[in-house]
This record gives sequence, structure tokens and C-alpha cells, in this order.
Amino acid sequence: MTVPTEAALIAANPLRDPRDRRIPRLAGPCAVVMFGVTGDLARKKLLPALYDLANRGLLPPGFSLVGFARRDWTDEDFDRQVYDAVRAHARTPFRDAVWRQLSEGIRFVRGEFAEDEAFDNLAATLAKLDRERGTGGNYAFYLSVPPRAFPEVVGQLKRSGLSTPQPEHGRMPWRRVVIEKPFGHDLASARELNRTLDSVFPASAVFRIDHYLGKETVQNLLALRFANELFEPIWNRGYVDHVQITMAEDIGIGGRAGYYDGIGAARDVIQNHLLQLLALTAMEEPVSFAAESLRAEKQKVLSAVKLPDNLALGTARGQYSAGWQGGIEVIGFLEEDGIPASSTTETYAAVRLDIDTRRWAGVPFYLRTGKRLPTRMTEIAVMFQRAPHLPFAATDTQELGQNALVIRVQPDEGVTLRFGSKVPGSAMEVRDVNMDFAYGESFTEASPEAYERLLLDVLIGDPPLFPRQEEVELSWQILDPIENFWASQGKPEQYPAGSAGPPGADELMARDGRAWRRI
Amino acid sequence: MIEDLTDTTAGEIRARLARARDQQGGPTTGVVLNLIIMTDESRQHDAVRAASQAGRAHPSRVLGVITRDAGGDSRLDAEIRTGDGAPGQTVLLRLHGLMSLHADSVVAPLLVPDTPVVTWWPGTVPPVPSAEPVGALAQRRITDAVSAGTPAETLVALAAAYKPGDTDFSWTRATPWRSLLAATLDGGVGTVTGGVVAAEEHNPSADLLAAWLGRRLGAPFRRDVSGGPGITSVTLLTEDGEVTISRPDGRNATLSLPGQPDRHVALHRRETADLLAEELRALYPDEVYGETLAAMAASRTERR
Ligand SMILES: NC(=O)c1ccc[n+]([C@@H]2O[C@H](COP(=O)([O-])OP(=O)(O)OC[C@H]3O[C@@H](n4cnc5c(N)ncnc54)[C@H](OP(=O)(O)O)[C@@H]3O)[C@@H](O)[C@H]2O)c1
Repeated sequence: MTVPTEAALIAANPLRDPRDRRIPRLAGPCAVVMFGVTGDLARKKLLPALYDLANRGLLPPGFSLVGFARRDWTDEDFDRQVYDAVRAHARTPFRDAVWRQLSEGIRFVRGEFAEDEAFDNLAATLAKLDRERGTGGNYAFYLSVPPRAFPEVVGQLKRSGLSTPQPEHGRMPWRRVVIEKPFGHDLASARELNRTLDSVFPASAVFRIDHYLGKETVQNLLALRFANELFEPIWNRGYVDHVQITMAEDIGIGGRAGYYDGIGAARDVIQNHLLQLLALTAMEEPVSFAAESLRAEKQKVLSAVKLPDNLALGTARGQYSAGWQGGIEVIGFLEEDGIPASSTTETYAAVRLDIDTRRWAGVPFYLRTGKRLPTRMTEIAVMFQRAPHLPFAATDTQELGQNALVIRVQPDEGVTLRFGSKVPGSAMEVRDVNMDFAYGESFTEASPEAYERLLLDVLIGDPPLFPRQEEVELSWQILDPIENFWASQGKPEQYPAGSAGPPGADELMARDGRAWRRI
Repeated sequence: MIEDLTDTTAGEIRARLARARDQQGGPTTGVVLNLIIMTDESRQHDAVRAASQAGRAHPSRVLGVITRDAGGDSRLDAEIRTGDGAPGQTVLLRLHGLMSLHADSVVAPLLVPDTPVVTWWPGTVPPVPSAEPVGALAQRRITDAVSAGTPAETLVALAAAYKPGDTDFSWTRATPWRSLLAATLDGGVGTVTGGVVAAEEHNPSADLLAAWLGRRLGAPFRRDVSGGPGITSVTLLTEDGEVTISRPDGRNATLSLPGQPDRHVALHRRETADLLAEELRALYPDEVYGETLAAMAASRTERR
């Protein structure tokens, strides 16, 4: 007997019409199993996002949610936990009817990851949901737990048979696993993690979340580049001088010392978010937006990334010291709870990368990220070359900078185009002005949160926004030599909290005759 | 900020809008569309509120046009609202006297250039929306057949008058049902041989839903009258048995498939602001609506 795939059934659905854009894709019947439901991520993002999806009518009838944790909870206790999370963090208005529907499908399974019995219970709970609520044997396992727990959880899913679907009603149900960064801490550990997953789930069933890729502005980058005639012709070495990709945070490490120490800014942010942004900015036009085409281009450009010949000159790192951030006196990284005074973990990292392609030869990409910087912001700034000839007196254009196209990823999502304009008056004086496209605060309120989009894509089985193992490995190949070099260099430079980073980062730019944009 | 202008001109309003923009650092830059609302005093308040809520997703310049009696002297009064929590700007225009027959002459100069125009009639449905002066300015024209005494007759008239770009809220209201039905068929049910849509008597959304199902599935769909609220159930007769979505309370739906457990899902009736937001999401002609409307009108004419 051949089992029809989901995609084939949808293609054959007479109610679907490509011209009918009002009808969204809904997930088919399914259940989400969440590990780590007591965690920060689950409470602040995942559970509220599920409610928001339900409220927007995007979850299937019978949708069920199973929480797994080591607490001595009943179904009702867990229900309460979800309710509180939804009330505190959901973005759409609270509707009693929607909540009651969601709540009806909430179950709790208690257990340790090491307990076989707990996972047998989980399997029984899911089988019961299939019978009572028609979840159809389709399960997504969301591993919102520390990565060191992955092998055990994944092993248990295999042992209990949960990772291997059996045909039901002539259909083959799906099983998917969702994991959060970090995807390892270097190439070797990333491969190790992948082997663990790979031994249980096929590559197509593994969804790696990089929540940046769920953000509207990041997806808008694709629209900006490939839906317009205006930008792509100048998106190359002929016009672009360099690109700066920044993710600045104003907060310190907070309570995450255990996770952060030994990991640092580069592994935490550059390896995933910033290299993904670089890939989307620099890649060639994909032949389509299908997952494989998009990944093919991202992988090509990541594999063409070249490190600085001299890592001492082409990279910088720092640790925040005590200082004033936004009017508040804060302690330094080495004084944070749980951080040893001898820690060499960096809280700021900057690197110059080149891309060995015809399009980008000679155009450096500068990536930086840090904590306790003046503000929180993420942006991609494409800095254009200066005009080859200026038919003005030198003094007229003193205040003229480089043209720039800035994609503001967060906050204040939007696009800024910076160019020179005449200052009104009798003298010819040219100064930089901004042309601004803002989604506006209110707009982002109504648009789905990154996690909503990503969760829905997991349930639909739509993979374009999820990095695959190849990309993860390519990113570690870029970062590993830098980390190894830094490991031999002792302590990072210090920078006062609230400043824009260590002096070394400014020197890195100055050596190339450039400067960072203000944070 | 609210500014009242009595006995004013479009030019004066334009100047005030520009000044408000300069003072507030450019709130028109994010405006993605012009929304003209043709209304009377009684519906004005709700319509403008819905528009500014929808404006959170689609920052708009909202022009609320209230036509007063066509007798007497022509006079234009305006109320300009800027920066009150929602992006974009709202101008309420009260047209007195003969001017009320030439609303387009007031509205046209107030449109943000290079930006699409949508006209919405929350109340009285014009006989031929695209032939109305303010309808001709717009690429999208939204009516609401429910506001008429005999919605089904109104839809039949709209079908005869249909031009690409027309749309009606009774179609928008059917979207959640259509999504759920499409998702149900994604799961593969047997061939559909016919069905029933049950709803309260004057429910044009149900008429359109039945027409859509009939057309897409190539099978007869009956329209039954129930006590409501709104649409209460849709039944598909398939070779494997009945597939039913029932929603007796206007909030929660139950999906029943042959040989499978019942499934529950929230299916609430939406606010005007949500309907409007859906309409504003895509501004190109909704061909599926056009075809469904024609099919619905044809089946009613046949029945007579
Ligand atoms: N928070 C973020 O913004 C963020 C950002 C990026 C990636 N991530 C990733 O997302 C995942 C979750 O992050 P988080 O911030 O929510 O972490 P968290 O607050 O530390 O929560 C971890 C969760 O895992 C559970 N857990 C840990 N060890 C367990 C064990 N041995 N047995 C059973 N349960 C165990 C905890 O349950 P107990 O309450 O019982 O301890 C808790 O629910 C991690 O993979 C993290 O790396 C988080």
C-alpha cells in the first residue's frame, strides 16, 4: 500500500486555489510535546505563541499540548502554568473561548529524562490524545531544555517508539523534533549533537530554531533584495564599500552565568544569528524560495567566507567592566555571580570577514556583538562607496558621509536609506539625511512574533526558515579558528559597561580606514 | 491631537496635515494606504474606530466622508486627528449642500500620493460601487451587504455590478470557515457528492460559502435556515460518510469526520477591525470572490 504524503493531499485539495490568498495554511491535526515547560523560553515565548496561533485560527481542530517536566504537577497545575504564561506574555487579546479550547487539549506528564516509565507514560498519553482528540499521531517534540539533555531525551523518544510513526488510517503520521541554539560549541560538538539527532530522526524532521530568521525584517531582506530592481544592481563590489552587521545588547549576562561562561559572545551570537544575517545579505539570488534553493545559496556564500590572514589584526574581543549603563551603575562581567575572576570568556566580539566571490571580492563584512553596550539594537548596514567625483568645493561636502542602506532588525524594525542632500540656504552645502521606512511600533504589535511564525512552520512542515546541519557546520568552520586563536591570547580587553566596546574593535576598523556606526 | 475646521477647503486641510507632519516628525512616511470611508453620522464612530484599529497593521490616512443633506448651501467642515495612539492620520469630512454630490473633489486632493486607495461603505451599499465617484478613485471597494434589508438580493445586484477590485464583508466573514474547510480537506476526505450550509436566514456569508463549496467541489450545496447565530454548520456528504463542522454558539466549533474522534476548535465571529485588516492585506482584485459571487447570483436566479 502506498501512503500519500501530506503535500500530495494538499495539492489535490479542490478547495485550495493559489489565487485565493485569504485562506492561510493551517497545520494538520497534531500535538506538541514540550520539554522544559518551566523554563524561561517556554513561559515567555513558546506557550504564549501557541495561544496567539490559536487565537489567529491557525492551529488545527483537536490541537493538543503535552508538557513534560520533573515537577509534581497535575494536568490542572500545568494548565495553570500555561494560563499564567499566556496572560502575561501573549500578544493577541485574551478570549475565553479560545483559551478553553486550547486548555481542553493540555496534558501533563511527570518525569525525569532518565525514567523509562515517564516516557512510556508520555507515549500512552499521546496515544490517548490520538483516540480522544484526533491528533492523528502527528507529534512535534520541542526540546526547550539544556543541550546536554538532548541525547537522553532523544534516546528516550527512540526507545519508547515515539520517534518512529506507524501508518494510521492509511496515512503516515509525522514526528518532528525542534531544538534551540546552541547547536554545539564548536564543529566537533555540533557534529556530535547531529549524530545524536541523526540516529533517531531523519534530517528533514529536525527543526533548528534561529528565532532571528522568523523576524519580519529578516524575511523582508529577501523582499528588499529580490523583489526590487533598485537595490540588486548595486549590491556588489562595484558600489558597496563594506557591510556592518551589529547585534548590541544593553543587558549583561543576567542569571545566565552557567550557560555563558566558556561560551561567550561569538559562539552565542555570531555563529548563528550574525552569520545567518551575513548569508542572507551576501548570497546570490536563489532560484526559488523553496527551502533547498535558499539553503543552497546560503551554504555557497558561507563556504566562501574567508578569515583575516592575521587574526590578531582582524578580530577583537572584550569583557565589560563596571560602569554606568543607561544611567544605572552596573558591575563588571568578572564580578557577576557565578563568573570566576579568571574567566577569559568574551562579552564582546568583532570580526572582519571577507567573501571570496566575484560579487564581494574586496568588500569586508564586519560583524560585532556585545553585552552592556549603550542600547539594544540589531542592524545590517550596507555602506556604499563615496561618489567617484564630487563637483562641489571640498568644504561643501564636509558633512557628507557614505550612502548607507540600513536594515533595522530590532527594535524599531524598518529600513533607512542615508544619502546627501542640500542644506537649505544660499550656500551649496551637502549633508546626510535619512529616508526612513518604519514598520512602526503598532505594526509590529499586530504582526506575528518570530516564534509564532516558526512554530507554525514546524507544524506545517515548512523548512525554509530553519538552518540545517550543513549551515551550522559551515558556521563553526568559520568560528573555530577564531576561538582557537583567542584561547591562546589570555584575557580579553576590558570595556566599561555602557560604552561601545573595547578599543581593539575601533582599532580594527581604523586600520582599514573605516569606523563603526554609532550604537 | 484634534483640530476642528469649520467652513474650510481641501487646500486648507492639506496644509494642516502637512504642518502636523512637520511638527511630529513625519507620521505620513509610514502610511501604506488611503482609506476612504463613506458613511453617515450614525455609523461614523464605529467605522473610524475600526479603521484606526486596522491601521495598527496597515498605517493609513483615513478619510471619513459624511454627507449631509444635499439641499442648502455647500459647506465643508473637517476634524483632523493625528497621533492619537494609532499610526497614520484621520480626517472626518462633513459635506453639506450640493458639495455632498461631489465628494471626490474634496477627497482627491487629500490622498497621500503614490499610495493605494481603498473605499469602504460600512452602511448603505451603492448600486454600482465602481461607478461611484469615490469608488472610481479606489483600487479596492468594500461594501457590506449585511447592512441592507435583504442582503441576498443586494449580493445579486452587486454581482451584476461587479468589477475587479470589488469585495464585500460577507465574503470576508466566511474566511475562517473556508480556512477550516480547506484544512479539513487537506487531510483527504473521500469525494464530496454534495452538502448543506446552515445559517440564520439573512446571512449572505452562508450564501457565498455554499456557492463557493458548490463551485470548487462540483457538487450541489443546499442552504438551510437555522436559528443562528451566523453560520451554524456545514456538512459535506462524502462517499465515506458525513463530514460536519458545527458551531451552535458562534464561538466553538466541532469537526466530525467518519470513523474519527470529534475535534474541537475555536471559531469566533470577528470584529469589524479584523475584517477590515483582512481586506487591506491584499489590494489586488479577489478573483475568487468575483467567481463565487457570480455563481451565487446564478443559483438564486435559477431557483426563481
Ligand atoms: N531563554 C532564551 O532566551 C534562549 C535563547 C536561545 C536559546 N535558548 C535555548 O532554549 C532552551 C531553553 O532555554 P531556557 O532559557 O528556557 O532555559 P531554562 O530557563 O534554564 O529552562 C530549562 C528547562 O529545562 C528543564 N530541565 C533542565 N534539566 C532537566 C532535567 N535533567 N530533567 C528535566 N528537566 C530539565 C528545566 O526544568 P526544571 O524547572 O525542572 O529545572 C527547565 O524547564 C535551551 O536549549 C537554551 O539553550 C534559550
